Amino acid sequence: MDIFFQQVINGLVLGSVYALVALGYTMVYGILGLINFAHGEVVMVGAMVALATVAYLFGYFPEMNPIVMVLIAATTSVISCMVLSYFIERLAYRPLRKAPRLAPLITAIGISILLQNLAMIIWGRQYKTVPKIFSFETREFLGANITDLQIFIIVLSAILMTLLLLIVNYSKLGRAMRATSESQRIAGLLGVNINKIISFTFVIGAGLGAVAGILVAANYSVAHYSMGFMLGLKAFTAAVLGGIGNLGGAVLGGLLLGLIESIGAGYIGDITGGFLGSHYQDVFAFLVLIIVLVFRPTGIMGERISERA
Amino acid sequence: MSIISKGIEKIRSNKRILFIGYVLLGIALVSLPFLLSNTVGRTWVRILDFALIYAMLALGLNIVVGFAGLLDLGYIAFYAVGAYAWALLASPQFGLHLPFWAILPIGAGVAAIFGILLGAPTLRLRGDYLAIVTLGFGEIIRIFLNNLDHPVNVTNGPIGINKIDPIVIAGADLTRTHEILGIQFSGAHIYYYVLVLLLMITVLICVRLENSRLGRAWIAVREDELAAQAMGINTRNVKLLAFALGATFGGVAGGLFASLQGFVSPESFVLLESIMVLCMVVLGGMGHIFGVLLGALLLTTLPEILRSTASPIQESLFGAVYIDPEALRMLLFGLALILVMLVRPTGLWPGTTRKQLGNKG
Repeated sequence: MDIFFQQVINGLVLGSVYALVALGYTMVYGILGLINFAHGEVVMVGAMVALATVAYLFGYFPEMNPIVMVLIAATTSVISCMVLSYFIERLAYRPLRKAPRLAPLITAIGISILLQNLAMIIWGRQYKTVPKIFSFETREFLGANITDLQIFIIVLSAILMTLLLLIVNYSKLGRAMRATSESQRIAGLLGVNINKIISFTFVIGAGLGAVAGILVAANYSVAHYSMGFMLGLKAFTAAVLGGIGNLGGAVLGGLLLGLIESIGAGYIGDITGGFLGSHYQDVFAFLVLIIVLVFRPTGIMGERISERA
Repeated sequence: MSIISKGIEKIRSNKRILFIGYVLLGIALVSLPFLLSNTVGRTWVRILDFALIYAMLALGLNIVVGFAGLLDLGYIAFYAVGAYAWALLASPQFGLHLPFWAILPIGAGVAAIFGILLGAPTLRLRGDYLAIVTLGFGEIIRIFLNNLDHPVNVTNGPIGINKIDPIVIAGADLTRTHEILGIQFSGAHIYYYVLVLLLMITVLICVRLENSRLGRAWIAVREDELAAQAMGINTRNVKLLAFALGATFGGVAGGLFASLQGFVSPESFVLLESIMVLCMVVLGGMGHIFGVLLGALLLTTLPEILRSTASPIQESLFGAVYIDPEALRMLLFGLALILVMLVRPTGLWPGTTRKQLGNKG
């Protein structure tokens, strides 16, 4: 039973991060119908910038309060990701808004390749380790170990997600976002500045992604120029699992995927009598996805889209 | 534009000019490897071989994505299945050494079965839901290939399978150098001719498919599935056939890849490869066979050209190599993808929609 709770905690931590990244995918998808393949790389840039800032501050001002240090690094990272994402949308997606559906997908892939290699040129091929500026206490909870950092990850993600849901559901800006995702043309006619709303969506998603990147780097104590790809892929899977375009679905999908992965990895050996090992963790995640989609073709919380009349 | 298309029409209608054109194309295709190995080096013949294999692969994906409009992000799985089928049936791994004309249909058949395996549960899915499932399918295949070295060693895990038999025709090993009529033909050179021949057959099949009842059904499903169904098209069978036929081409290409390379490992079948093949299809001109061919040839040769120029250009400009040439080459590649799509959103050489819908039918 201890192992089970341990895996549940690990799954929740992983799932919170997936959910944060998945929100970025799902918001953009909801408004533009575009798989923003570059989002994973934005998350990576977030982690790398934060890490570089912390390393710089640690090198030049070793006396600085670690909390201030992390706050500066996080702000730098979030702002640079927002700016980056704004320009990605402006330069690579906006000109193609009326183009065939797959054209922006290819530019997104191009951006993804570009950012990954740019990061490799700037930060090198090695794994970057996070300097130890904090020491986290480990607590016992229902027989499982949980560190303060893990609690922090879960709580911060929950706060950010709630904030986002409040903005989207109750603010004027959120109403404009929802209107735009219903119909860009009609929303435009009713006085919504479509371009501004779309830019805003990208920027918000990038901010959440940057935070997710920092949390992942902190949790595993490493960052790497290629970390965004797999993370982005998993988050996208989570968004689809929950029903893409649906914010609550992204959160649910993220948490579910995290839990499935960690519990699956812990028990897959027992289930299959030792035939399949924990390397099959991803197989497990994708199989669940396929099975869910077979029975609910638009995801768990996705609306049933009726055929065009 | 209209002047050019009128010119093309004129050439098309004139049988003599058309014939001369085909003869010139034939001479160019035959002499290309001689030209390359004498100017830029022999490795380029090999690069050309891989470009032809990718062209075959892209044509297969074009059936699924371009004709039937089903976004497939795990297409490389079929390539992997074909490659591993060849590797297992013609290598010391199991001590099997079947001749290539036996493996080719087996590989194609196995790939087709996998295509149906992927297609059947995903028939109800649309657009991006389908994309993510195909992506997952591709990853599942790769993970199995990577881990099936225990408890029973089937695929030899991440190390891959070595010493795969080459294609042997009439007792002659096609990867060796042969002398015919006093001219030396390297292995890559002979493979080139085999691949050109196979690619021509592939193109022929694709052209015939596109203009067939099935091809028109695919295009109808792509344009409007509901309307297609209302017109009496069995969308289930039509979609399954798209997956199966696309997979067949992938399987054949995979087998050829395994025999040319003499070695397969799961590393060749990562998601990025699927994405690359998709880029070839979209960048060339989705649904247009010759556009896709152009896309495949460009996207396979461009990284190689960049590879051979990335360091020398830096040296001549700055006197030293400052930027990792490998990273620089991929960076420029990514940039090229973005720029091409921004300038030509429908691809480099798109087919016209009206022509696809067909006045011939």
